[in-house]
Amino acid sequence: MVKMSLQNNVLLTVAEGATGWELIEKSFWPMVEGAIKFTIPLTLISFTLGLIIALITAVMRLSNSKILRAPAIIYVSAIRGTPLLVQLFIVFYGMPSIGLTIDPFPSAVIAFSLNVGAYASEIIRASISSIPKGQWEAGYSVGMTYRTTLRRIILPQASRVSIPPLSNSFISLVKDTSLASLILVAELFRRAQEIAARTYEFMIIYVEAAVLYWVVCFLLSIGQEALERRLDRYIAK
Amino acid sequence: MLLSIKRLAKSFDDLEVLKDINMDIEKGTVVTIMGPSGSGKTTLLRCLNALEEPTNGVFSFDDGFTLDFQHKINKNDLLTLRRKSGMVFQSYNLFPHKTAIENVTEGPIIVQRRSKEEVYEQANNLLKKVGLEDKKDLYPHQLSGGQQQRVGIARALAIEPDLLLFDEPTSALDPELVGDVLSVIKDLANEGWTIVIVTHEVQFAQQVSDQVIFMDGGYIVEQGPPEKVLQNPSENRTQQFLQRILNP
Ligand SMILES: Nc1ncnc2c1ncn2[C@@H]1O[C@H](COP(=O)(O)OP(=O)(O)OP(=O)(O)O)[C@@H](O)[C@H]1O
Ligand SMILES: [Mg+2]
Repeated sequence: MVKMSLQNNVLLTVAEGATGWELIEKSFWPMVEGAIKFTIPLTLISFTLGLIIALITAVMRLSNSKILRAPAIIYVSAIRGTPLLVQLFIVFYGMPSIGLTIDPFPSAVIAFSLNVGAYASEIIRASISSIPKGQWEAGYSVGMTYRTTLRRIILPQASRVSIPPLSNSFISLVKDTSLASLILVAELFRRAQEIAARTYEFMIIYVEAAVLYWVVCFLLSIGQEALERRLDRYIAK
Repeated sequence: MLLSIKRLAKSFDDLEVLKDINMDIEKGTVVTIMGPSGSGKTTLLRCLNALEEPTNGVFSFDDGFTLDFQHKINKNDLLTLRRKSGMVFQSYNLFPHKTAIENVTEGPIIVQRRSKEEVYEQANNLLKKVGLEDKKDLYPHQLSGGQQQRVGIARALAIEPDLLLFDEPTSALDPELVGDVLSVIKDLANEGWTIVIVTHEVQFAQQVSDQVIFMDGGYIVEQGPPEKVLQNPSENRTQQFLQRILNP
């Protein structure tokens, strides 16, 4: 599905011995392309899948049934107790030895989704728990089931509570996707590494990469504020 | 008779909160429950609304629906029980993310799946009835306590329950807001709703109740018409309690 980058010709487009500005000019588009083609899709897909996993995990953890709670607790503990890089390597380099070879990009999606899922499930669980018991009871008293109350009454309120911490996770994920460079995904940072290796202009290229990450995260934080304002309309000020 | 309650008991772990409650609720009547703090009044209402599952006892409704809590009750039966009554909470418990009218329409639209148009028309009428037609698009935090409680009442009415439950509906309110809420409840009583209300408003209880129940320590100590229980109680504990709330 994804054409891999080792034989990528990005390297060739950046001339050796170029001046600083020329270097930035020439390396800019390959890096932005890496962001648009890989960093951003990887973040969006992984975060969406991660949220779905997180919601399921949170509800399992809040359930009365031990059989549902136990796997959720183990999953969260295992993910939080191991480095993300190790998780990435297990999926990409480890799985083939049990007969499951996965391409770099889907490998990264799997690892990042599972990682986000564990952390975000704790955020969602805490935000569900923060909604007063009276809200559940009010839902029940108009005839709702557990599920309907969760969906119509609790989650809309919990989502407001969880937006700031989830936004933090989202922004962390943008930056963490740079680790995917180590399993050969041609995202922003891998592009930077390739150009730097060829031109030896480590400072310029890596600062340029840093600025690009910063811009993406900055735009996201603006989006976060807009979302918070929208959800704040029912909150007393 | 709408509902007959026999030998109702409820424990939390080792704590017996309700012990052998027997009472009948006639259709179209108002039953007032009084009693000291911790006597189990809220727990009794919560059992009726299936917010708590009784440990023992039998509920029999006039339509033949009967629950015997000696046996494990399945979820569907609990849901059926819950849907027979509407609850008005002491602390209102409105949905803060929904406007006044959305609070009222939520149950009928989502649970009963009635048509939006019909439900909104009904909700408008209900909000008019409780004197809040001009507040229908405000969020709960924009309403006073008394207004919130009246939205709570409209919300409970909208699901058209057989039984309306009120748990100290005015005790969280400033004194000057109590009257509006009580007068709404009075109107409901006159319209023929079946009501079970926990309240310490003695004068109000005199006026609207068909039956007054005095509870203490998880038991019904005394029950009967208000002239009897409120004006001429035969039990010591009832007398003492009434004296205490009438001359604080
Ligand atoms: N969920 C619970 N777990 C344990 N004990 C409970 C629970 N709910 C109520 N109780 C106990 O049951 C007893 C009766 O409580 P309940 O709320 O029914 O009293 P009440 O008559 O409504 O009192 P008040 O007038 O103060 O509202 C109290 O001792 C209370 O501590
Ligand atoms: Mg109470």
